[in-house]
Amino acid sequence: MTPPENLQSESDHAVRIDGARFGFEGSLLFDGLGLELERGRWTCLLGPSGVGKSSLLRVIAGLERLEAGSLSVLGGASVAYMAQQDLLMPWLSALGNVSIGARLRGERPDRERALAMLELVGLGGEADALPSTLSGGMRQRVALARTLMEDRPIVLMDEPFSALDAITRARLQELAAGLLAERTVLLVTHDPLEALRLGERIYVMAGRPASLELAVTPDGAPPRRLGDRSLLALHAELLERLTAADDAGADPRPH
Amino acid sequence: MRALRLTVICGLLVLVWQAVVWLADTPHFILPGPARVGVTWWEHAGLILGHAQTTLLEIALGLVLGTLLGVVSALVLTYVRPARLWLLPVLVASQAVPVFALAPILVLWLGYGIASKVAMATLIIYFPVAANFFDGLRRTEPGWLDLARAMGASPWRTMWRIRVPSALPALASGVRVATAVAPIGAVVGEWVGSSAGLGFLMLHANARMQIDMMFAALLTLAVFAVAIYFIIDHVLRRALHWQPDT
Repeated sequence: MTPPENLQSESDHAVRIDGARFGFEGSLLFDGLGLELERGRWTCLLGPSGVGKSSLLRVIAGLERLEAGSLSVLGGASVAYMAQQDLLMPWLSALGNVSIGARLRGERPDRERALAMLELVGLGGEADALPSTLSGGMRQRVALARTLMEDRPIVLMDEPFSALDAITRARLQELAAGLLAERTVLLVTHDPLEALRLGERIYVMAGRPASLELAVTPDGAPPRRLGDRSLLALHAELLERLTAADDAGADPRPH
Repeated sequence: MRALRLTVICGLLVLVWQAVVWLADTPHFILPGPARVGVTWWEHAGLILGHAQTTLLEIALGLVLGTLLGVVSALVLTYVRPARLWLLPVLVASQAVPVFALAPILVLWLGYGIASKVAMATLIIYFPVAANFFDGLRRTEPGWLDLARAMGASPWRTMWRIRVPSALPALASGVRVATAVAPIGAVVGEWVGSSAGLGFLMLHANARMQIDMMFAALLTLAVFAVAIYFIIDHVLRRALHWQPDT
């Protein structure tokens, strides 16, 4: 089942979308949209809520189909998906949750590796703990370990840290940036600071139907320090752009 | 603590009962006092427990069969679209027919033995189990299903690893309701026509004006019904210990 090494594997792009059209509940979210995810880099997608960021991510994850346009994923590789909710199964231990992918595919879970992944996210001692006994931050760490366990070259994250408190969020951002450094990551977020800390390419998605614009390519390797002055200046700039996009009436419906 | 409260409540009820008997001075063939009923129970313990065994067997078999049928129906309704479209309305409409009205027919078809009572209990248990489990299966957290798809899960494994376990708390509440109503099914069946069981004993005693015996049988049924409920509840709680307390 290993995909053949085709010509695309030579390209710099892990994911390429062209002329994408997608609608939701009768309204067109985007049309003629294009996006390329550079291999081994973190790309962040910012934009007002309801603009279609999550839909775009779900399209790449294979959870939604485009109405028109093309999507090509490097070597046909499958992706790992991490959502805002930790999506842990309450009846499984932390270890069971980390191994759920193998179980769902009918493979024998690699217990040693699952334990190692829990160790990596700092939960080596919680392998047998049920999710209900863990804090929100710990649960999202287990979700991160589950994502790492899948070991996919492409990782898609839909606001994975937004339900966490500020300190926990900052810690998890650093942890994720370190552990997923070599992978192609698409991070959807509504937090410009998060995008600036973690992203190597930051796109702003706005309008209806929405279009994408490469807003910033910050210097330096992520995770960037929060106290960085240039970061804070960029933050202000990004916030202004986002506000303008929001005022332009990206989404007339209330949320 | 719960046991203590239960004991206090039962003790108080017995006291009120005895007080009514003393104050109203009711004849024992209308309302026998708790002491008299206790003595009757003790004298006929073998007879009462023998009949109780029959009723318990009917309840247990009804619970097993009704739960199995309910679980299978819920799975079929969830996974077979034509079944959902064609059978669900029938299933819901069937609940408009009082199970009590079916009892004479079931006795006619299945005889005076245990089979007709097990069928009654099964019928009464089936619906709450099927309805609750079906509901639980339909309400699987969509995020889990997305996750399973992104992980390349087959529909079959998604069912066994995610949908069924996530619906177990709903199934458990269905089984709890079923356990509470199961004795009704068995005893109604016994009243309509039987040769054994607590319902039979009550009917028999009533006809002979042995009201103390009737009360002894009734109390035995109540104690067993409550005991079964608590045992099942306890087992379900243990089995679903991961479920946050509601």
